[in-house]
Amino acid sequence: MTAYARDVVALARKDLLVELRTRETVPAMLLFVLSALVVFHFALPASTQGSDIAVAGLLWMSILFTALLGLTRSFFAEREHGLLEALVLAPCERSAIWLAKALSVMCFLLVMELIAIPAFALFYESVSGATVAAVVLADIGIATVGSLLSAVAAASRTRELLLPLLFLPLAIPIIVGGVGASVADAPGRYLGFLGLYDAIFAIMSWASFEYVVTE
Amino acid sequence: MIRARGLAKRYGEKEVLRGLDLDVPIGGFLLVTGKNGSGKSTLLRLLAGLLAPSEGELSVDVPRGEIGYVGHEPLVYRELTAVENLELYGRLYRISERKERIGMLLERYGLWDARHQRVSTYSRGMQQRLALCRALLHDPALILLDEPFSALDGEGVQLLDRELSEIARVRTLAVASHQPERIEALATVRLALS
Repeated sequence: MTAYARDVVALARKDLLVELRTRETVPAMLLFVLSALVVFHFALPASTQGSDIAVAGLLWMSILFTALLGLTRSFFAEREHGLLEALVLAPCERSAIWLAKALSVMCFLLVMELIAIPAFALFYESVSGATVAAVVLADIGIATVGSLLSAVAAASRTRELLLPLLFLPLAIPIIVGGVGASVADAPGRYLGFLGLYDAIFAIMSWASFEYVVTE
Repeated sequence: MIRARGLAKRYGEKEVLRGLDLDVPIGGFLLVTGKNGSGKSTLLRLLAGLLAPSEGELSVDVPRGEIGYVGHEPLVYRELTAVENLELYGRLYRISERKERIGMLLERYGLWDARHQRVSTYSRGMQQRLALCRALLHDPALILLDEPFSALDGEGVQLLDRELSEIARVRTLAVASHQPERIEALATVRLALS
């Protein structure tokens, strides 16, 4: 394993360990996504629930807003106790901090979706393989872009406001690709679109994280 | 090792440092004093590379991984134990004999018995001791300590006195302190900020 990979593993392991001990982020995400699905179930007229697009939209909205909740907390420890300074002083590549955070966010999202997708199937309709593939690809995009923006927002006093303002516009392609892959007869091009989004934004986030954490 | 010319730092409209000239040779001991808000912490953060100067030149001839920094916060994860925190930093600093080094520091700073306790259960003084362990873990060439005596009890203060005397002989140090009398004799460069 390269030194870079070892740094990423050590940092991601730390994030998972902190979450295992505090249990603050994943349970909150689970509660939120289940609540959102239940509320949508009762809020929408029964006639709308027969529409594939409307139903797929509910799943993607639930995932996106739940992800936002997780992202808001992703740099919590670093932000509250100034820990980003200690990490930035270490001789590791700064992008390793971003990649580790993106990996831990991705883990939290996958755990949330392990509950949310069966719950969605229970309340609405079964989920296709294409939708599951789209969810995994979307998670990569959410985690990579979200971790970068979360670090940007962490430096601001108005972080709770700033993160959604920065993240939601950039997440529109994820919704477009995700809903498209969920309802289209040929979801391949939407999955390709999500893959392209992931690749572009992962490279951009990887390259720019250094400038986000240094003055 | 440290050279500053006309160094200035502003936060928005507020000017914290202005026109500062400074030379600290390798092995020197810089003692920074001054009242609250005079820019002591800002200067140490500039030296650590955590801030960029607003004006002037600053050169610190030490690679990033060779700096040990203690700030106002202990800079450790509260939900991890002392050993887990030092293990993490030890990996990031690529310390080969981590376990031995961590064990030696924890023992020296009186944290050995509490090494498997979460830092959230530590007193402020214990957290400060752990912060010192973290900063010294990789045996840095330049050590920056911002109010290192804060929160330490009598025993901790005496321990740090001894440590600083030892470290000052072999490393370059910059210390910002409200209690300069404790370490004044060790200082080779004194800077009073107003």
